[in-house]
Amino acid sequence: MAAKRKTPVKSRNPDLIRGVSKYSRSKMYHKRGLWAIKAKHGGFFPRHDPQPKAPAAAEKPPKFYPADDVKKPLLNKRKPKPTKLRAIITPGTVLILLAGRFMGKRVVFLKQLPSGLLLVTGPFKINGVPLRRVNQSYVIATSTKVDISGVNVEKFDDKYFAKEVEKKNKKGEGEFFEAEKEDKKLLPEGKKEDQKAVDVSLIKSIEGIPDLKAYLAARFSLKSGMKPHELAF
Amino acid sequence: MYPFKRYVEIGRVALVNYGKDYGKLVVIVDVVDQNRALVDAPDMVRSQMNFKRLTLTDIKIDINRVPKKKTLIDPMEKACVKNKWENSSWGRKLIVQKRQASLNDFGRFKLMLAKIKKAGMVRQELAKLKKEIAA
Repeated sequence: MAAKRKTPVKSRNPDLIRGVSKYSRSKMYHKRGLWAIKAKHGGFFPRHDPQPKAPAAAEKPPKFYPADDVKKPLLNKRKPKPTKLRAIITPGTVLILLAGRFMGKRVVFLKQLPSGLLLVTGPFKINGVPLRRVNQSYVIATSTKVDISGVNVEKFDDKYFAKEVEKKNKKGEGEFFEAEKEDKKLLPEGKKEDQKAVDVSLIKSIEGIPDLKAYLAARFSLKSGMKPHELAF
Repeated sequence: MYPFKRYVEIGRVALVNYGKDYGKLVVIVDVVDQNRALVDAPDMVRSQMNFKRLTLTDIKIDINRVPKKKTLIDPMEKACVKNKWENSSWGRKLIVQKRQASLNDFGRFKLMLAKIKKAGMVRQELAKLKKEIAA
């Protein structure tokens, strides 16, 4: 094949309406410069000799002929987009987690990761919620906002939160009888440093607003008489 | 002694407790029949309403039967119906109810802290008084 151009060629023959081009065949011959190519090669179009084909491997007859026709599934080129972020959720919004280990905790929203999950932090010192991913569906967004301008969250993405792959130990007979060593995996120091770095400026802006620290430290719960559909968050 | 204190009369200010105009203060401008009144307010079209939709208040203004809108607004301003209402305990309660319903989660938290603080102070004072009596 001839070398591909760096930019794809835009059609030199625009459509006036669909099906009707602006230029006729003879005009297009002229525009494409085919006359110049012909002139360059003495009145003929240049022809390349067919390149020698690589010898095709001898085709073996297949070992197995399926009895029924198997349909090939249709090609799927869909690229899913990250979940649409609700308009009320902006960086610095206080969210209430509704499920999981930290259910009821009020946390600060940092950013939406490329997978669509929300990156969230307690801050850790205030309510024990670390840098964590959370699904938008399991969250109530309040209208309380915290100033998040001093925080740098560029480096966090989904790969940061991926589970570490355990190296498979060779199975030995002795190991079956031994108790599993090191059940608890310690948090790497790097993650602790990241947590501190993110929380430092957050905590400062939280302490600027009275009662906000106690608010984030407390858990949310429905009390008697509270009707969620009538509450304003 | 008398069982009733607030009467349906022309000029009686009432609170609408049902329907599209829920929560509005209206003036009874005429009585249609046993069940309905003609009712008017500065910000609404004069219309008839069943008495069951109205709760009478203590406020009454001095007007003639079916006054023109302007003739209605002037006595209302003079009698400061709105001010009287907002300073009455009933009116104040409604205002507080509305404000509390519109609180967001942080607001409700702060309210809870304030209630606890106030209760603590009251209990402290009570304890002091009890000690004085005991002593």
